[in-house]
Amino acid sequence: MTPPLLTRWLLLGEWRSHRLQSVVAVLAITLGVALGFTIHLINTAAVSEFSAATRSLSGKSDLTVRATRYTFDELLYPRLARYAGVAQASPILEITAGVPAKAKTMHNPVFKILGMDGFRAITMTPDLLGVPAEGKPMDTLADDAIFLSPAAMEWLSVKQGDTIEVSTGAKRVQLRVAGGLARAHPGQRIGVMDIGAAQWRFDQPGQLSRIELKLQPGIDPAAFRAALGEALGPSYLLTESEDDDARIHTMSRAYRINLNILALVALFTGAFLIFSGQVLSTIRRRSQLALLRVLGMSRRQILRQLLLESALLGVLGSLLGLGLGYLLAAAALHFLGADLGAGFFPGVAPRLHLDPLAAVLYFLLGTGITILGGLVPAWEAARTHPAPALKSGSEYTMLTALRVPRLAAVCLLMGLVFTALPPVNDLPIFGYLAIVLLLIGSIAALPYLCGLFFAMLSRLSNPDQTGALVTLATTRLSNASGLAAIALGGVLVSFSLMVAMAIMVASFRISLDDWLGQVLPADVYLHSTIHQDIRGFTLEEQQAMASRNGVARVDFIRSVPVTLDLAKPAITLLARPVALDNPGLILPLTGAALPSGDIPPGTIPIWISEAMVDLYGFRTGDRITLPFADSTQIFIVVGIWRDYGRIFGAMQMQLSDYRRLTGDDHASDAALWLHPGTAFDTVATALKALPFGETLEIMETGRVRAAALRQFDRSFAVTYLLELVAIGVGLMGVAASFSAQTLTRIREFGMLRHIGLSKRQIYRMLTLEGSLLGGFGILAGFLLGTGISLILVFIVNPQSFHWTMQLHLPWTWLGVMALAVLAAAALTAFLASRRAVSGDVIRAVREDW
Amino acid sequence: MRYFWILLGWLILQGSLFSAPPQFAPVLPGKILDFPQDAGAHPDYRIEWWYVTGWLETPAGKPLGFQITFFRVATQADQDNPSHFAPKQLIVAHAALSDPAIGKLQHDQKVVREGFDLAYARTGDTDVRLDDWFLVREADGRYHTQIEAEDFTLAFSLTPSQPLMLQGENGFSRKGPRMEQASYYYSEPHLQVNGTISRQGKTMPVTGSAWLDREWSSEYLDPDAAGWDWISSSLDDGSALMAFQIRGKDGGTIWAHAVLRDASGQIRTFAPDQVSFHPERTWHSTRTQADYPVATRIRTGETEWQITPLMDDQELDSRRSSGAVYWEGAVTLTRDGKPAGRGYMELTGYVKPLSM
Repeated sequence: MTPPLLTRWLLLGEWRSHRLQSVVAVLAITLGVALGFTIHLINTAAVSEFSAATRSLSGKSDLTVRATRYTFDELLYPRLARYAGVAQASPILEITAGVPAKAKTMHNPVFKILGMDGFRAITMTPDLLGVPAEGKPMDTLADDAIFLSPAAMEWLSVKQGDTIEVSTGAKRVQLRVAGGLARAHPGQRIGVMDIGAAQWRFDQPGQLSRIELKLQPGIDPAAFRAALGEALGPSYLLTESEDDDARIHTMSRAYRINLNILALVALFTGAFLIFSGQVLSTIRRRSQLALLRVLGMSRRQILRQLLLESALLGVLGSLLGLGLGYLLAAAALHFLGADLGAGFFPGVAPRLHLDPLAAVLYFLLGTGITILGGLVPAWEAARTHPAPALKSGSEYTMLTALRVPRLAAVCLLMGLVFTALPPVNDLPIFGYLAIVLLLIGSIAALPYLCGLFFAMLSRLSNPDQTGALVTLATTRLSNASGLAAIALGGVLVSFSLMVAMAIMVASFRISLDDWLGQVLPADVYLHSTIHQDIRGFTLEEQQAMASRNGVARVDFIRSVPVTLDLAKPAITLLARPVALDNPGLILPLTGAALPSGDIPPGTIPIWISEAMVDLYGFRTGDRITLPFADSTQIFIVVGIWRDYGRIFGAMQMQLSDYRRLTGDDHASDAALWLHPGTAFDTVATALKALPFGETLEIMETGRVRAAALRQFDRSFAVTYLLELVAIGVGLMGVAASFSAQTLTRIREFGMLRHIGLSKRQIYRMLTLEGSLLGGFGILAGFLLGTGISLILVFIVNPQSFHWTMQLHLPWTWLGVMALAVLAAAALTAFLASRRAVSGDVIRAVREDW
Repeated sequence: MRYFWILLGWLILQGSLFSAPPQFAPVLPGKILDFPQDAGAHPDYRIEWWYVTGWLETPAGKPLGFQITFFRVATQADQDNPSHFAPKQLIVAHAALSDPAIGKLQHDQKVVREGFDLAYARTGDTDVRLDDWFLVREADGRYHTQIEAEDFTLAFSLTPSQPLMLQGENGFSRKGPRMEQASYYYSEPHLQVNGTISRQGKTMPVTGSAWLDREWSSEYLDPDAAGWDWISSSLDDGSALMAFQIRGKDGGTIWAHAVLRDASGQIRTFAPDQVSFHPERTWHSTRTQADYPVATRIRTGETEWQITPLMDDQELDSRRSSGAVYWEGAVTLTRDGKPAGRGYMELTGYVKPLSM
């Protein structure tokens, strides 16, 4: 017999006799690789597409000048145009325009309109110039014309010559589609119009969003940038396209890495299943392997054979995972968009690029982790001396070899230490490592804990009262805890992860609900079609709303993006009336706020979100300057509030302070308190009757809250699904290890039959064993899961999303899941044992040769 | 005449596209031109230009032709638009250099909207600017201009040596059979040029003689016009000649006019039937496939002028920017067979009819 033939026979034999176990292991690996690969593909596509699209907006410019606020005074334009070293300056006003026609079917339907001076843009961004119809060249200057990219035309379902209606705040603007763009980035949704028309139509007179600069030949861009930055001061930001790329990467990083961790968890589960499967399989085949050794197979050949088995599973799982990952990514991009609905990458249509290097990397990761899982049992099996291995009962010596008390202790200890470490690069790396270490440590410690637990149980239970079956089961479990622990590992891993996720999600949801109650104190909220609209509501419009019948009080809120740091996404500045003596009325403060008496005169109080503490290092009591205000103006941080809405940071200030500082008296949102006894519908009808009423989105607080929670549940739906899959995989592991175990115990059952136990009693004994084992797994899983949830709630979440939450344990849900898993474990044990016990009693005992 | 018709060609199609189109001032006979007020811009009129053409001499004694032009074009943008970017006035500038050693025109052009003091045509006296290109008139009547074009830089002062020359009837210049087809038009011949030309990093002093045309109008060209031929010359004997004809699409002449002022200031004008153009030799452009009558005989009354180009290829092809294609070049003139002087000739409408 040639070695390859033998290898094949052994592989096929093993595969045929343990299909279920192999399928489960392959499934776990597939899921892990698929999830990781999907996330990688989607994110690469989205980030590269978004940076390319962003870069196309700056074209061939050398330097982009922006302000920390969203717009700035246009007089900077002539100043820069004449600046020494500047060859050309192109002023641009960017408008985020709403599309009312799409508001019913889509959340926040917006697209970007660039107001440009075509005469100036032609040298830097020729691709973005409008292409007018034949014989209508002056359309590029017309004040009613817009030129749309192909993607925008498709999105709006319009063609040249049609009219579109867009909105800005409470204003609606009709524009004529005068043509396309010279060469828009594929998939990019933008419109271009004359800058004079844009300033006028969108109520932004005298305002610009950015100025693109082309430098004269021979000017050193870096030196120029430094000098100009110095000259313009901190309220202006100078960027090159690389800066944009960096910011785009930062934007999606937290969400991307957290999803990647989920993928690693799936891979880890897969590797563990391979490990436990291989342990059981080598135990079961101990005599077979010993025989092969005796017949002349070398240690190396045995090792190779066993590793090949797990490697094949890994290769299969990884290949399937790559395919599945690609399909998932394509489907997700198609149905959910590039950010899976998270809103980081608006207005682009990324296409999937299959990066061979990444595919190879994920393939190697999947296969590698599988081989690693199979390495220990394979190595042990190959090392074993064949003579003792041929004897019955020797499998327990192998399990002894797998006892790694030091590893368990080290892992658990290190896990605990890691929970105290700070984030790395704004990411909770040590938090995640702590979770992994706790999992490994717990699995490694499981044999001891299992033995200890059941020894205690059997000592506590009185055999006279509990009966022989219970005694048999507890004795068996306490004395053969190694085998039991192997079966238990899968349950422990999946149940603990489920518990952890459930606690985390419940804590988050309840904290969110509490938070919503606090940040939404009014009866009614309203805003225009799109969020964070630059125009919002003018002073007259605000007065019109405030004077409606039934409205007792209105708080107007101005919400604008502000860039404090070039490398970070913009923060949100919220200006609203805040009661200085009791800011907690509208702000969910997390710590002690500065008493209003401690605010020095002349300083402006601000309240910052928790993210600002992590990202910008601000603390309560800090006196700071802000780049959008005069550099002599001192702001003082008087409190820190919790914000689940804006992970890049937010800052609140008094509306009156904001208006005084910026001269901007527009409002983005309004919070309305109604007179007692006034119905919501009455006020809503009255508001809708205003001249700009149709642009208003009016929501009762209860509905805002419900909508927010619905959105929350939707975004965590994937998590629930993953939990179920994890539990399923865990249970399949129980089934697989139980059936494998019971097969190795055929002799034991035969003996029990001989001394008088009925088949039914053996079933009962095994079911009891399964339940006890499951129960222990659930208990251990619950403890471990709670520990992990503490890490998630108190370390991972604050470090990656910069918000804190209160711990809440969803007891009912946990109880139901525990019972379900317990029942499933018992049932699995019962079903698996039927096969083992159904055989001939005499033969079963005789097998002991 | 000039390039402006092309810009008007753009505008003619725009009628209803702006929400509230402005009304432009009409050109009426009998207006007394007032200086320096009328040397400045007239923003109420649809279009106007400052058009300098001339001959230069390098230190080596080589001849060069040059053209520097500023246009102001009022668009039909809504006057209510409060934006400082509202494109109510456009400033167009155009510069070209004819050097026989190069054999074709070196030229550059810019178009921007007026505003932010980056580009403007001021009223009161000549003061036009487009970024770093400018033409400005001093109180003593001298002009300064600087043009940093892609291939060359011109920096000149233009000093008047003769009084202004009001065209048509005291500056009311008809452009067609209908009275409203007219413009206000005056010229400054025999401007003495002093300054420098820089090319490829080398700067050299030049001197020469130039002709300034100032014209403003709100009217369109006759709808049946196919193009025009125009010539101006500061003649060696101190007299000045300007002649033009507007060609019809049917091959005939719609309008023609000529004026000759002698050194003593005596003016003689020629009615349409006294002016005729007779092409002698055409040059074929391989870029645009147009055939231009670069050598021409012009008859004004009993006088016959023979026109010879400094070089054949003085075609200005700007189809990629403003869309205009025409021939604008330095020429020499003989009067009844005797050398008379140097001037500039413009030939338009030879590629396709003017309605764009």
